[in-house]
Amino acid sequence: MGRQVTGAIPDTSIFDLRLSRRGQRLNRLCAALCSQQERESFKRDEEAFMSRFRLTDPEKELIRKRDFKGLIEAGTNIYYLLKIGSATGNGLYQMGAQMRGETYQQFLSTRKISDAR
Amino acid sequence: MGRIVGGIGLSHVPSVGPVVDRNRTQEPAWKPLFDAYVPVREWLAKMKPDVAIVVYNDHAADFGFDKYPTFALGVAEQYAIGDEGFGTRPLPQVVGDVELSTHLAEALVYEHEFDLTLCQEIAVEHGFLVPMNLCFPHSSSGWPVRAIPLQVNVIQHPLPTARRCYRLGQALRAAVESFPGDSRVVVMGTGGMSHQLQGRRFGYMNEKFDQWFLDQLESAPEELAAITHQRIMEEAGAEAVELIMWLTMRGAVRGKKIHRHYYAPMTTGMGLITFEG
Repeated sequence: MGRQVTGAIPDTSIFDLRLSRRGQRLNRLCAALCSQQERESFKRDEEAFMSRFRLTDPEKELIRKRDFKGLIEAGTNIYYLLKIGSATGNGLYQMGAQMRGETYQQFLSTRKISDAR
Repeated sequence: MGRIVGGIGLSHVPSVGPVVDRNRTQEPAWKPLFDAYVPVREWLAKMKPDVAIVVYNDHAADFGFDKYPTFALGVAEQYAIGDEGFGTRPLPQVVGDVELSTHLAEALVYEHEFDLTLCQEIAVEHGFLVPMNLCFPHSSSGWPVRAIPLQVNVIQHPLPTARRCYRLGQALRAAVESFPGDSRVVVMGTGGMSHQLQGRRFGYMNEKFDQWFLDQLESAPEELAAITHQRIMEEAGAEAVELIMWLTMRGAVRGKKIHRHYYAPMTTGMGLITFEG
């Protein structure tokens, strides 16, 4: 079998079946956020919403803390993370800055044309 | 018979969607991207395609990991606009081509032995819609071409190999050519180029890799198809692995390169390349 993924890449998460399995509850919660009604119910009562999807306590804590790096490590797929970002008022670039360990302004200053957003 | 009249490789960066919807395309930060599509649209107007086959990936808008297909072909009369977590964009429904997609399904499964997941319903999202926005602007009466979504798993490993994607493109060409109707078809391979959206390496881009990929795609696609996911992810960022979908487009075209453009303002190398059929 010719392996396509042969090793870890520094500072990078490779979303495979193991990670997908780990993130199943988180990803199911995020999938539900593809509906206006569900986004409203998330915003109304985050705790109840998280319990509905049977998140573990450490998973709930990651959402409470808006710990995007931690959520990725816990198996949230990046494209699902965008949905929780949207529901909590955090765009991709805000989440990216946090994952890099920078402020939003610091991150923007590393871009060639930061108005292209 | 059906005919492939052209192929387009292009990025499907989601931020392009709201820029189109809010009429911001002429802002200095976005103008270079939209200007690059002016000659492409003129070229498309001359070729008069009837149908666009859009090779794209869903970003967890309609497909989910509970059941995630490797290759999925739309065979519906129309495709709804999906809500990928930010609301539904104000776009007309996409009109499909049932006869052509039914033929493609039969030819790909029976003749070419690509065992596709076949979908009577797909809600399409930015992976599909941004390329349509860039190449085929819609009006109040709808989109100027019919379209067929061909969804590829590029987000949950194991992904199909780059070579498999290229072979699918070759099979797609043969399948279009065996269609008894008179259809002029454009194939779009979307995604990439270099970008990484997670981890400390968020925001990573590599223009040198992207330019090399464009060179190889034009002159040595068969060799390029040997590239591993590992190499793409290492050199161009984890999410750049979407580029394997460009090889499906390349497998479907045989003509010469027409346009090429590259713009990388924020976090993604936005490439564009077109080929004659």
